[in-house]
Amino acid sequence: MDLAAVIVVETVYVIASLVLISAGLAIVFGMMKVINLAHGEFMMMGGYAAITAVNLGINIYVAILVIAPLVVGVIGLIVERLVIRHLYGRLVDTMLATWGLSLFFVGIVTMIFGNTTTGISTPIAGITVGNYQINGYNFFIIVVTILLVLAIYLVLKSTRLGLIARGTMQRSDMASALGYSPDRIYMATFFVGSAVSGLAGAVLAPLVGLGPSSGGAYIAKAFITVIAGGPSVIAGLISSGTVFGIVNQFFTFAMSPVIGEVALLVCAVILLRLLPQGITARFFKGKM
Amino acid sequence: MTMDRRQFLTATAAIAGASMLPFSVGAADNIKFGSIMDTSGGFDAYGKPMDMAMRLAIDEINANGGLNGSQIDINAYDTQSDMALYTQYAQQLTRQDEVDVVHGGILSASREAIRQIMRKSKTLYFYNVLYEGGVCDRNIFINGVTPAQQVEVLIPYAMKKAGKKVYVLAADYNYGQITAKWIEKYIADNGGETVAVDFFPLDVSDFGSTIAKIQAADPDLIVASLVGGAHLSFFRQWAAAGMNKKIPMASTTLGVGNEHKVLTAEEGDGIMVAYNYSQELETPENIAFKKKWADAYGDANSIHEIAVSHYQGILTWAEGVRQAGSTNRDDVLSALETGISITGPGGVVTVDPKTHHAVLDVHIMEFEGQKMKVIETFTQRQPIDTQAVCDLAANPDDNTQYEIKF
Repeated sequence: MDLAAVIVVETVYVIASLVLISAGLAIVFGMMKVINLAHGEFMMMGGYAAITAVNLGINIYVAILVIAPLVVGVIGLIVERLVIRHLYGRLVDTMLATWGLSLFFVGIVTMIFGNTTTGISTPIAGITVGNYQINGYNFFIIVVTILLVLAIYLVLKSTRLGLIARGTMQRSDMASALGYSPDRIYMATFFVGSAVSGLAGAVLAPLVGLGPSSGGAYIAKAFITVIAGGPSVIAGLISSGTVFGIVNQFFTFAMSPVIGEVALLVCAVILLRLLPQGITARFFKGKM
Repeated sequence: MTMDRRQFLTATAAIAGASMLPFSVGAADNIKFGSIMDTSGGFDAYGKPMDMAMRLAIDEINANGGLNGSQIDINAYDTQSDMALYTQYAQQLTRQDEVDVVHGGILSASREAIRQIMRKSKTLYFYNVLYEGGVCDRNIFINGVTPAQQVEVLIPYAMKKAGKKVYVLAADYNYGQITAKWIEKYIADNGGETVAVDFFPLDVSDFGSTIAKIQAADPDLIVASLVGGAHLSFFRQWAAAGMNKKIPMASTTLGVGNEHKVLTAEEGDGIMVAYNYSQELETPENIAFKKKWADAYGDANSIHEIAVSHYQGILTWAEGVRQAGSTNRDDVLSALETGISITGPGGVVTVDPKTHHAVLDVHIMEFEGQKMKVIETFTQRQPIDTQAVCDLAANPDDNTQYEIKF
């Protein structure tokens, strides 16, 4: 019974972390059709921003929830102004450019922090469930993810800003004709997407050994989740995150973590064969 | 003063010629020392301190008048954590630079990539890293700790402290696979039971489900042979779940790259390890070594197990050259095979003539406050794993890496 509870918590945690690492990418790719291959590096820089802030004596929650998203958001803003905005609508060119950026970020972080593994410990103690101990920080990640998804939903659905953003993504010429500058809106969206990536990196930082090349570990999973999710940003993220999380954890507990990873990838291949446009192109159509 | 073109050329040629002269004369007599390892890229946490240790050793020898009156020149190549560069630079070292000895290689994969090149070109090769054991080749000397030296003392100690049900976690490549076999062997030899062995690819960084599985198996002790930055997450997540207070842990790898300084004290405290070196060793050799290191590099924090291993490997080679009276490979080989001993920061290191491995001290240590506190010292452990399969005195032409079978 206790084990069942532990497995449920672990599964929800895996789903939450998949959604969390993919959210920033989903915003940038799902809304702007920009393939940001530097997404993993944005996360990595979020982690470094949080660790640096904590080492400077700032409260760990402030570091994770405020400083890291702001720092990475500003980096994203600079990147958008200098590089991305010249490449809207040129899919392959943005891929190349952001790949170059990812190499650049790995290099610059290596120069500043050195190519060694760093980290901070989690601020929350372990929780006892019957005979088992669970990582208390898992609950923090789950809560942050739920709040983040809710926030994205509410902003897109029920604020004027969200409406304008969605309108611009669908018909930028129309938005422009109505007096909104698509340039500004793209900029803001990229800022938000980068900030969310930074937040994800910072939230996960206490659980991993962070190094300049850690970003590579996230990028594949984030892309798979976003692509399999399909056109709707939020419904897509949640549905594909849930499918992959459950498959991954089922095989992990039944066999081994390696088989769990393999199962996740096999599941992604099958899913994309059956639903080439992603889950939300068939189900939850028209949702956000 | 005016100078036409011809005068200018004559003058510069003369200056250039003169400045080259002493250098070329000197270089002819100097010993050429080849170094090949990763001082950038993913493995530079291991390689950089090794490079620092190498330069420290060579500077020291040169300052004391060199070897047999000759100064040593370093030919160092950075392989950038790229295995393909190993073969390329090894060719360069042996053919173009024609060095007298090569020290280097970090991962077992890199060693196997260049070992045959060294053997074919008859260039003496030193691999100075803790590894999985079993290499039998007369051209190579290895002075890192092997599983038998390490696991043989670590497992009984940890089992006595924790209990007989053991859960093993290991990295999924040849080091982890072979070491896990050794761990299982010594658990059985000490009357224990291996509940499970789990292998993890080097990029796995989420261990939540593993931690739950471990708890379901309810072992008395965890033995972790995990490698690299991603695997460091395990120790962090283990501590975050509060498990580090409940089930004791031993590791065969943690601390080799100074990981105990990356983990916080709360995360690391109590983890049991066994190595040849700890910065906390209170021997006069180690105190002097740390002072030299700090004088050269600012502070002594970056010293780790394999940097010391590398330093001791270079001292061993230097002693071999001194006793042979030359850098000729066969003379140095014969001198080393007399069982040369040196005293390094990690204690006395003796060449085992039969296997070309090292007989050395192994210390059981526990992490405490981001330090490795020495609990118990085992002096002069033989590399019995490799001795069981390798006898270079009887088969000098052997050229295999034996895998230990049970």
